[in-house]
Amino acid sequence: MPDSLVQLKQLTVQFDDRPVVDRVDLSVRRGDIITIIGPNGAGKTTLIKAILGLQRASSGQVSRASRLVIGYVPQHLTLEATLPLSVRRFMLLSGRTARECEAALERTGVRHLQEASVHHLSGGEKQRLLLARALARRPDLLVLDEPAQGVDINGQAALYELIRELRDELDCGVIMISHDLHLVMAATDKVICLNQHVCCSGYPADISHDPAFIETFGHQVAESLAVYHHRHNHRHNLHGDVVTSTGLHGAGDHDHH
Amino acid sequence: MTIIDSVLGDFFWRALLGGLGVALVAGPLGCFVVWRRMAYFGDTLAHSALLGIALSFLISVPLNLGVIITCVTIAIALVLLSRTRALATDTLLGILAHSALAIGLVTLSFMPDVRVDLTGLLFGDLLAMSRQDLIWIYGGAAFVLALLAVLWRGLLMSTIHEELARVEGVPVERLRLALMLMFSLVIAVAMKIVGVLLITALLIIPAATARRLARNPEHMMALAVIFGVIAVTGGLSLSWHLDTPAGPSVVVTAFLTFLVVYGTARNASH
Repeated sequence: MPDSLVQLKQLTVQFDDRPVVDRVDLSVRRGDIITIIGPNGAGKTTLIKAILGLQRASSGQVSRASRLVIGYVPQHLTLEATLPLSVRRFMLLSGRTARECEAALERTGVRHLQEASVHHLSGGEKQRLLLARALARRPDLLVLDEPAQGVDINGQAALYELIRELRDELDCGVIMISHDLHLVMAATDKVICLNQHVCCSGYPADISHDPAFIETFGHQVAESLAVYHHRHNHRHNLHGDVVTSTGLHGAGDHDHH
Repeated sequence: MTIIDSVLGDFFWRALLGGLGVALVAGPLGCFVVWRRMAYFGDTLAHSALLGIALSFLISVPLNLGVIITCVTIAIALVLLSRTRALATDTLLGILAHSALAIGLVTLSFMPDVRVDLTGLLFGDLLAMSRQDLIWIYGGAAFVLALLAVLWRGLLMSTIHEELARVEGVPVERLRLALMLMFSLVIAVAMKIVGVLLITALLIIPAATARRLARNPEHMMALAVIFGVIAVTGGLSLSWHLDTPAGPSVVVTAFLTFLVVYGTARNASH
């Protein structure tokens, strides 16, 4: 596909002759939101790192569009305690102007924390800072490794919604790893279930019926997801209030953007 | 005699001038040692400086050059060895640090006609500061500070989050190498003042002291320079008046400053 931002062909990564990622084909285009799910040790992070160019492929191919700007939101920002750093300074290190940095912080809702020390941010605030940092680069492709880690449950839904909005605003592709299955199902176009190899992939609504998915995650998870998904006709904002669903898949509403 | 001559003629002033030059560059670089947890690494490089001196005598090259080359070689060896992951990094550093020191000492003992002031090399020598040393110190300091300024954003970014830096196109590996080159240079020039055994202290203690008060990375660097200047001035004065060894006196002063700052200052908590 010529319009792919990133395309993997039969990508394999081996550690000590043990395949951690096994012959994965994948393509991310503008406007896609692709979520990788899978059990621990399934090679999710390794796959992401191969896409980012941080991990060399043992065989197969990773091709990136020319001049591709990637915005990366790593799993953690663990700052050395000896390194004093304010939010503003961290943003400016991206090389973008103060105005661009401020706008990005504003967009992810943490502009008020500009003068705060990065050391004092909560898990959710750190994730929003990292997202702002990625956003300031005006990325073509947004890569997120468990973006909702350490974020409380209401915040998680809001964060995934924000990622969807950013996808629309930037017209970028999004690929992320997530453990929050029920939230992923609502906020994603395509789910890839990874267990070294791609065990199944498709639209969230369909994938929970896939035998391979049920085998990997068990009946209970699959059923609860299916049920959850079909009852899902509202969502909560940051304060936990019910918001009527507009962009999200409502009950029986399965068109994908 | 010009004023400069009369000033530099006095070896106390010469030592002080040299010490201030070292403090100027040890502060900023020391911050990176603290941030990147490279204290033990710095120790290893400093110890291998003695090996560098022995080798310089052996093949008759200028001491500073021998030290820099040896330190850079050991640094590269360390990076390559730690990649194999056969041993934990601290074990590896322990092996290399002490072996380099020991090999250096043994090599020196094989050269009876070379007269080396070993105590001076290990703990620093106030009297040994020559005009040429001053040129080395200020030349080295200027070079390292200029390099730090140019590489600043990338170095800081790869210290904060290496993978994020890599994705953003920062040449992380090359910067690591540059940092090691800078360390080797600083060790070569600082050796005269505090000696190889105490160089790491001059890198770490002022930076750690500065951490308590600093609000951002640049602020911490500036404060580290100030605390380094206090340590050098205080230590050399102590050495001058009480006839104590120069290097240890500088380190003791640095340590006292550290205690005072941590005892009295409110944490800047940034």
